[in-house]
Amino acid sequence: MFRWQFGVMGLLCLSLTGCIQAISPWERGNLAKPQMALETDPLDSTLMNHTFSSKEAASGGYGVGGGGCGCN
Amino acid sequence: MKVLMFCCLWLVSLVCQAIEPGSPAPACELKKLTDGSEVSVNQPGKVVYVDFWASWCGPCAQSMPFMNETSEQLKSKNFEVIAINLDEDVQAAREFLEKYPVKFTIATNPDGQCPQLFDVQAMPSSYLIDRSGKIRHIQLGFHEAEKALIREKIEKLLAE
Repeated sequence: MFRWQFGVMGLLCLSLTGCIQAISPWERGNLAKPQMALETDPLDSTLMNHTFSSKEAASGGYGVGGGGCGCN
Repeated sequence: MKVLMFCCLWLVSLVCQAIEPGSPAPACELKKLTDGSEVSVNQPGKVVYVDFWASWCGPCAQSMPFMNETSEQLKSKNFEVIAINLDEDVQAAREFLEKYPVKFTIATNPDGQCPQLFDVQAMPSSYLIDRSGKIRHIQLGFHEAEKALIREKIEKLLAE
């Protein structure tokens, strides 16, 4: 392959990075809505996780803290 | 090759343009929510606490009583709180303010450029601006435990 072809491919790959769009902290209004939560009932899921970790002798690895505002 | 390296450095420098303590407060278009009149974060001679908030953000609601109290107590010492609302729907902000009434200035940013200019990293984010218009402290998020520290920083700036 010619050197210029590598160059063109490189540029094309670089142009694809333009599609990456990070969501800014102040644009998370919709993500912060209760219906967007992964767990519909936090109390119930905490209880289930507690039971699961007791039975399986393993814990952790379930979700992260915070409500989507990027402050935790 | 040199041109390519220069371009890469330029791109990196664009990403690294961050607001930090010591930077001058960026000027941005702000209007009061109450009457639509213009308001500025640069108020020479005043210590200004600029807060970015939204109605959907839990810690923002927690920070309102603190800002109310501080604003009321230090108003006479040339201290001002300007809370910039970043809700997409202004009505949501109005409903929030009915629940959490405030005594300080609530502003909106019609062109939406203000959070980018201030490089807001979290909600809420607060910027403490000194009398000369320089950002002196950046507070990311709001925690009850940090209230005393913020208050101390405000009073230190007021004493300068």
